[in-house]
Amino acid sequence: MEKGEAKSKKAGGPPRLCCICNERRPVLKRPKTLQQICRECFYEVFEEEIHQVIVKNRLFKSGERVAIGASGGKDSTVLAYVLSELNRRHSYGLDLFLLSIDEGITGYRDDSLETVKRNELQYGLPLQILSYKDLYGWTMDDIVKMIGLKNNCTFCGVFRRQALDRGAALLKVDKLVTGHNADDIAETVLLNILRGDIARYVYIYLFLIMLSLGYIMIHTYAYFKKLDYFSTECIYSPNAYRGFAREFIKDLERLRPRAILDIIKSGEDFRIATTTKMPEQGTCERCGYISSQKWCKACVLLEGLNRGLPKMGIGRARGGVNGGDHKKETKAGSTVKSLESKQCGSLDF
Amino acid sequence: MCSILAMACNSSGCESGSCGRDKENGRSKVEEVKEESVCLKCKSNEPMKFGDGGSDDGRFCADCFRSNVYGKFRLAVTSHAMITPSDNVLVAFSGGSSSRVALQFVHELQVKALKNYEASRDRSLPVFGVGVAFVDESAAFPAALSGEMGDAVAWVRSTVLSMSPPEKDLHVVPIESVFALKLLDSVSDETGKEDLLLHLKMLSLQKVASENGYNRLVVGSCTSRLASHVLTATVKGRGYSLSADIQHVDARWKVPIVMPLRDCVWQEITRLCHLDGLKTVELARHPQSGINDLVSSFVALLQEENPSRECTIVRTAAKLTPFYFNKIPETDDSCVPMATQRRLKKFNLKYDGSMTTEAFCPICNGPLNGSDSSEGYHESDNTLYAACCSSCRFQILPQDRSSLEHFGSLLPHHMVSQAKHHQKVDSQTYLREKIKDCLLMDDEEAEAV
Repeated sequence: MEKGEAKSKKAGGPPRLCCICNERRPVLKRPKTLQQICRECFYEVFEEEIHQVIVKNRLFKSGERVAIGASGGKDSTVLAYVLSELNRRHSYGLDLFLLSIDEGITGYRDDSLETVKRNELQYGLPLQILSYKDLYGWTMDDIVKMIGLKNNCTFCGVFRRQALDRGAALLKVDKLVTGHNADDIAETVLLNILRGDIARYVYIYLFLIMLSLGYIMIHTYAYFKKLDYFSTECIYSPNAYRGFAREFIKDLERLRPRAILDIIKSGEDFRIATTTKMPEQGTCERCGYISSQKWCKACVLLEGLNRGLPKMGIGRARGGVNGGDHKKETKAGSTVKSLESKQCGSLDF
Repeated sequence: MCSILAMACNSSGCESGSCGRDKENGRSKVEEVKEESVCLKCKSNEPMKFGDGGSDDGRFCADCFRSNVYGKFRLAVTSHAMITPSDNVLVAFSGGSSSRVALQFVHELQVKALKNYEASRDRSLPVFGVGVAFVDESAAFPAALSGEMGDAVAWVRSTVLSMSPPEKDLHVVPIESVFALKLLDSVSDETGKEDLLLHLKMLSLQKVASENGYNRLVVGSCTSRLASHVLTATVKGRGYSLSADIQHVDARWKVPIVMPLRDCVWQEITRLCHLDGLKTVELARHPQSGINDLVSSFVALLQEENPSRECTIVRTAAKLTPFYFNKIPETDDSCVPMATQRRLKKFNLKYDGSMTTEAFCPICNGPLNGSDSSEGYHESDNTLYAACCSSCRFQILPQDRSSLEHFGSLLPHHMVSQAKHHQKVDSQTYLREKIKDCLLMDDEEAEAV
């Protein structure tokens, strides 16, 4: 296996000590370096890395209103906890909030929202909850009832991203922080390649806190600190195709820990023609949200839902509102549209 | 062009979601496809059933299936000017299905050219030459391969012999002819070792090609192989150089590499071998447990879930900007027919005109990203370390700097000189590109003068 292994070969002799403080008994080893460290040093190292990312990248200014995207899951809980700690410890002077999105998934979201409400009390951070129902008129339960389990994740992803932005605007926050870690991003880069989307991901993740830390580190932190978090797969996710990529990434990380960062590096280095890199920043005609097309993605999807055309906006643009290509629709491309919505000229006999 | 694209769309496992099949949760689609009683294309013959559990079984008759695949090959060859009458082409043959099909198709193309030549009155267009190269890797895998290799080589020889006329030379290249075996032992990373071996294999092919007067190297890489490469390159941090490796043409090398089967999927290739009784030989390797294998298993898994996944991956990666060397150079040969030159020009418009590449990694020959090479470079650093890409630095070069000198001395001289050679060619092409708008005469007129 890879080089790191040599370092951790067990030699007989006196019990090992934490390789940082040399005092306490180690309780775990860092995946990347395989160093054996004790609980306290782990907390310090972890928190210090996040602090360094914040300082080196000058992520915040004193007095800013900062919203933390809180799902109740491990990542956002750890983020909320650490950020409020560091804010206190290093006097960032930030005005911190929790911002949570209620997708309207019975049995899943209700429980995780309870967790966030507890976090509000535990960390002393005010909480704002925005629901899909408020913003879009549809809950995920309604959406799944209509379209089944095939493209539901697409809807949820688009709606959630907008919801966080809109919520942040409503609360007049200066910065929005999300708990995406390196594994999430690597996964997204891979998924985009697998599904055909290469230009998009470049501008999706604006504020990254935990870039240098992997998935394993964050979960370990949450475990040791006994942080209150909610940990179940979204009930609609069994068919989620992201699962394939996640398994692969786990295996990959075992073989070569730095591969996760290498994926992100590749993503940054991809040679993408300048024309596709930065889409024109305009506004959606329907709702006024930032959009590079006539209508923003959420509006396209909503229009589809409201019109009973659940596949509208899924897959590549074939005319319709955003009229990506003005080519005549081929017979093959029109499996989704009903006969009535087709113009006579394009029907094939 | 349109009808060929439609063909490509209908052939097994290829192209977009517009084929009207349910792509999202891909369970096996075989049972959902209606039983076709007649070939979809010619509507007259009985469809061929391969019974291999793959997608699109029983849709086309044997002839239409074959012409679909050959059609893609021929389209790639003509639109990229891969093989022209004056060329001398070396086909890299490993004994596997992909290169077997490549060899077969190149042979058929040559036979057709010979027929035309003999039938024509003025004999103006010569028939391109074809040679075959087989790399003997047994020195790198002594325990696994030594017994089989003799038989394999004999089989290759007889296969090539059976493919005449026109006659083809066979070159068996032992891989140790380009490097010292100690080199592989100095690489501790499993994946790094595998990749280094691939680079050395390419070096040996380049060596035999240029020493024997070939000016094209045909490699049988198919869509499926490229899909795996897209992912392995991504996970190794090679996102910048990725687009250089997956095009139809790779003219970085002294002898340009062409990949005429780039648009064919593995399923088509194995089916064709089965259909036409093309024998192949699969040499046992020692078990590979690195990243490359992990990725191919992953891709195979995805492919099961969705039969067009490999195509989607390659199509996505094709959106990345290729490099200026991803085309047959226009000024290469004045014997290239005018029609081809014109087609080349039109086709070449889509490539990146700006020559921003300065250098290539001496080990993998990958174009270096500006920031990549300057990262962590210090005055006192070993020049080999400074010249390599970050991926080769990590997985191939020895980690302790003191061993670097020794490692460098084990590397084939070719690796370093290859890079130097290319830099020379670069500047010439680079200059032409910069000044071409000022040139009064275009290529054709200049040649005629």
